[in-house]
Amino acid sequence: MRSFESILERCRSLPLPEAILSMEEEERGLPRDVIAGRMLDRLREMKSSVLSVEQRPPRGRLVGGEGEALEAYRRSQGALSGDLVATACSMAMKVAVGNAAMRRIVACPTAGSCGIVPGVLGAYSRLNDPSEEELLKALIVAGAVGSVIAQRATLAGAEGGCQAECGAAAAMAAAALTYLRGGDPEAVFHSSALVLQSIMGLVCDPIAGLVEVPCVLRNGTMVGMAVLCSDLAMAGIRSTVPPDEVVDAMDSVGRALPSALRETSEGGLAATPTGQRIARQLLSEAPRLD
Amino acid sequence: MALEEIVGPVMVGPSSSHTAGAVRLGNLARLCWGGDVTDVDIYLRCSFAATFWGHGTDRALLAGLMGFSPSDEALKDSFRIAAERGVRYRFHGEKVDGAHPNSVRFVIREGERTMEVVGASLGGGAVELQEVDGFVLRATGELPTMVTFHRDEPGVIAAVTAILAEAGINVGSMNVHRQGRGKGAAMVLELDGLPPEQVVERIKGCHSAIRRLMLIPAGGEEVR
Repeated sequence: MRSFESILERCRSLPLPEAILSMEEEERGLPRDVIAGRMLDRLREMKSSVLSVEQRPPRGRLVGGEGEALEAYRRSQGALSGDLVATACSMAMKVAVGNAAMRRIVACPTAGSCGIVPGVLGAYSRLNDPSEEELLKALIVAGAVGSVIAQRATLAGAEGGCQAECGAAAAMAAAALTYLRGGDPEAVFHSSALVLQSIMGLVCDPIAGLVEVPCVLRNGTMVGMAVLCSDLAMAGIRSTVPPDEVVDAMDSVGRALPSALRETSEGGLAATPTGQRIARQLLSEAPRLD
Repeated sequence: MALEEIVGPVMVGPSSSHTAGAVRLGNLARLCWGGDVTDVDIYLRCSFAATFWGHGTDRALLAGLMGFSPSDEALKDSFRIAAERGVRYRFHGEKVDGAHPNSVRFVIREGERTMEVVGASLGGGAVELQEVDGFVLRATGELPTMVTFHRDEPGVIAAVTAILAEAGINVGSMNVHRQGRGKGAAMVLELDGLPPEQVVERIKGCHSAIRRLMLIPAGGEEVR
């Protein structure tokens, strides 16, 4: 899908999820039932990725236990950020740790940002109990947002920094939430645009090249951005710059980022004395190749 | 990008290029070999050699060679499974000028027979088969792909494409390579659909110069 504008145009005659499916059908020559069926499979895989890490908490090399700690705190003391955000954050971090620990996940849109959409949808489901059909439609809406970003910018951290991975995932999650809460298509896309401009320029700087620090944390905190921007859009607040132009700006910013800040682990947190020390330590433990 | 590629693939973490892509490269090497791999040397290049330990690239490559899919959690235990199955494997690093940053060379052996396969992980789980036994192929597997290995003789291309035409299978792109006139040759055909079994059998027997046929399903599909 090349623009939010083109989807909105289609929405004059169709509800948002149907508009998206009809465009996919035309672009790909695949029946919409097949596409919807594959997305339902993704939704169920997402649910099981959450269940798996809840039943058997994973650990990475540098991360593990963050989601469990937040959940325990929320239950015992109550979270200032509220049940939805704290639960979503906890789930998102657990799934992201699962990814680091070689568990099965759904890249959404990437493996490094795989916790955000399942976290937001999972927490919303626990508190509001929507039908699977509604969740499927929300996931299709989220997918369309990712598709526009892929088309006009990029979803690769190596090309566009973390804004292209966790940022895009949060934009997708915001759209899904806004749809679930009954926002109109314009509000849906504006909630995504509000996320993207809030995190514009976010760099990709993983310590030792592992998908752990700060990736797991950003999976968690980005859900807060998604929830808040959904609220802003539901309150009638609109992005001054149209959503398509926001994505274009994100693309230019990503290209302007020096390579040290695009997944090379040569800048940002990875280049700090602590980041370097951890990298040296891990490298010394790695098996040698002859 | 298709919706289910944005929300997907379903994969074992942590990295689409260094884990999921690595499994798929192992899958491709297995397809090239045409059966169970029992003895293999794996040469990691560039970024694969530098970061394999952080992304499970080594376990993923080995799992792919044993036929696991990128979404199978068992790939984490591929060293143990390989030991149980008696698969011998050795990992090495190698520096090759001009090699793709995420690339790998497999040398597979059984008795007298050996095969060398080079492939690269292009990002997002997409991979490219680059060389088989010194043939430069450049098959991405984005579309279903058929590769013939044959002796360079007149009529092979016509015979193969005639059967595809008869079966109603459209050819999206075609590349033919040869080691020299009358020597080994390979043809890479990207197709709009994977030919059914009986069509494959007919192609195998359609010309005496054809030695072997290899089928690579498209990117997101399971390797068969």
